[in-house]
Amino acid sequence: MKPTLPLEELMSPGHLACQGCGAGIAMRTTMKAIGQDAIFTFPACCWTVIDGPFPYSCLEVPLLHMAFEATAATASGIKAAMDTLGKGKTTICGWAGDGGTFDIGLQALSGAAERNNDIFYFCYDNEAYMNTGIQRSGATPYGAWTTTTPVKHFKKEVKKSIDDIVAAHKVPYQATASVAYPEDLYKKLIKAKEIRGFKFIHILAPCPPGWKAKPEDTVKLARLAVQTGVFTVYEVENGKYLQTIKTPTRKPVLEYLKLQGRFKHLKENDVAEVQKLVDSRYAELEKRFSEK
Amino acid sequence: MKKVMMGNHAISYGATLSRVQVIAAYPITPQTQVVELLSEIVADQKLKAEFIKVESEHSAMAACIGASSAGARAFTATSAQGLALMHELLHWAAGARLPIVMANINRAMAPPWTIWSDQNDSLSQRDTGWMQFYCQSNQEVLDSVIIAYKVAEKVLMPVMIILDAFSLSHTYESVDIPDQALVDKYLPPFDYKYKLDVQNPHTYGGLTTPEWYMEFRIKMHEAMDQALVEIKKEAVAFKKVFGRYYDTVDPYMVDDAETVLVTSGTAASTARYAVDQLRAKGNKVGNLRMRVLRPFPFADVREQLKNAKKVIIVDRDISYGYHGIWAQEVKSALYGHSQVPVWNFIAGLGGRDIFPETFYDIIAQVGKKKKPDQELYWVEVKK
Ligand SMILES: Cc1ncc(C[n+]2csc(CCOP(=O)(O)OP(=O)(O)O)c2C)c(N)n1
Ligand code: SF4
Ligand SMILES: [Mg+2]
Repeated sequence: MKPTLPLEELMSPGHLACQGCGAGIAMRTTMKAIGQDAIFTFPACCWTVIDGPFPYSCLEVPLLHMAFEATAATASGIKAAMDTLGKGKTTICGWAGDGGTFDIGLQALSGAAERNNDIFYFCYDNEAYMNTGIQRSGATPYGAWTTTTPVKHFKKEVKKSIDDIVAAHKVPYQATASVAYPEDLYKKLIKAKEIRGFKFIHILAPCPPGWKAKPEDTVKLARLAVQTGVFTVYEVENGKYLQTIKTPTRKPVLEYLKLQGRFKHLKENDVAEVQKLVDSRYAELEKRFSEK
Repeated sequence: MKKVMMGNHAISYGATLSRVQVIAAYPITPQTQVVELLSEIVADQKLKAEFIKVESEHSAMAACIGASSAGARAFTATSAQGLALMHELLHWAAGARLPIVMANINRAMAPPWTIWSDQNDSLSQRDTGWMQFYCQSNQEVLDSVIIAYKVAEKVLMPVMIILDAFSLSHTYESVDIPDQALVDKYLPPFDYKYKLDVQNPHTYGGLTTPEWYMEFRIKMHEAMDQALVEIKKEAVAFKKVFGRYYDTVDPYMVDDAETVLVTSGTAASTARYAVDQLRAKGNKVGNLRMRVLRPFPFADVREQLKNAKKVIIVDRDISYGYHGIWAQEVKSALYGHSQVPVWNFIAGLGGRDIFPETFYDIIAQVGKKKKPDQELYWVEVKK
């Protein structure tokens, strides 16, 4: 059987991710596509820790750790330097969590997207501030428990649509991905590497401790998120939407919710509310997928 | 070549002559002309550089950190609110040991809104690990940018070039633009040993346990000690090529002075006029202009003030509930080395002009007193 992804690993074992960490899978797949002629920058996030403590690193590329809100601006600076130094072929990547993207890093992200700087901006989305102990972020979905949205007052606001925010910048390429579909992510990155300008990649990355889920369920959850329509996998190239993982029949959201302790408190009517929110978002996207 | 130019353009010329490779900046009064001229120079391809027109000062410094980490000579300029917004990343640039140079136009901090000069913005960044050079003339501004890269790239610490809002930033003076070939020889291209390099991948700034953190910090402190040596060395080297000399401190009639007025920035020019007038009346006054705040020139300050009977520090800044910041610095350098009484006056905040009369008033207030009877004195304040 021919492998569907390159066998070479640029992320080595010995990293510090928890068991079943979706953020680890996201990076491992990404590295296979981005390759070694690349420079990464990380803000404060779980990946600050996952990479390993000084003087270790689990990645085979140069890496600059940076402040929490500065990812996109830092990557723009690295890119500008590489261009003036005649090393413009190297791929420059910012890699941030949802907090560093949806919330505190949004301004820098918007700036770099508007300037159309020729960089990759990756957001691995575990739907909360995990590094600081599971606090809500703008990416936390409606209904979820976090330490700052306790069960009695679970999160009442809907997940911020970061993809629509980025789309409003009219960037040349953006995509969503789920760690359950590595071939899809790989293909997108191989294609995006050839595109000049700002590229935004949003990867759903389940987090067992933060979602109160079993480590062995990470891939299952990442797949169910897509199959239920909770997280839709698509790409936008020059404004044209394309659903890359099709879901003609969607499973009920309950199948996804019931595997996660963070939704355990939801009553029947709460689940119905989640289903309604998911349906309406999915309908919105479907319209864009069918546009010629 | 001589040209009449404003202080802000002296910065732009200094950066251009230094062949900066990445500029990332955000506009703020009174800094705007720095970046306006630079964007024109870059767009005209008179300087081979990338200019990133970022969406905030925080991102300006972030982009400089990224660019410098990748091995480019990076430059930015800001003022007051913009500098304060960068604060987190000022620590970052220094901690990452990046030889970034930034110009800061001294502007008072809001509220209330103000655009006029005082030094609280830069002085409150004292402990971020940046060298700070305070300038008195547009020529010094231009020259200091070039010297700053030389020193920064030797010791791998960033430098802030500082000038007063309006009284320097917008004041036109005749400035000698040094020959590019001479500058190229004085400041050769820089190859950063610790750059992000795909041929030799390393991780920078990763999580560091208590086992190693202090070792990074002592290296920064040692680099600053070395910077003091380099600043003095470069003062001589620069003079040899360009004929102008910039030491850590700049004394004026200090040797035989009984009273020394300590100032920084453009207030020194006024102080020197006042010194001349007072001397004409037989009052033996001198002026010591503080040029370098970090690394602090302990030995030079002690040496210059060793004959003084009275030291008067005029601060254009205030640490609320304490002294002026320069007063704290100079006093701590003198402590245990000198018995000289030290007065501290606060003047010229928020752009209030410092006139020769301001200094006459200060000298009169000190009068024949043997020592200060207050921790600090405010001059020319409405009650
Ligand atoms: C300016 C600033 N504020 C707060 C923090 C503390 N902090 C570090 S990581 C983090 C949460 C990161 O969340 P996210 O970006 O979602 O990444 P994750 O930890 O979930 O991987 C926070 C709040 C910080 N480092 N810097
Ligand atoms: S807390 Fe979550 S995101 Fe962070 S390392 Fe563990 S599993 Fe990964
Ligand atoms: Mg997160």
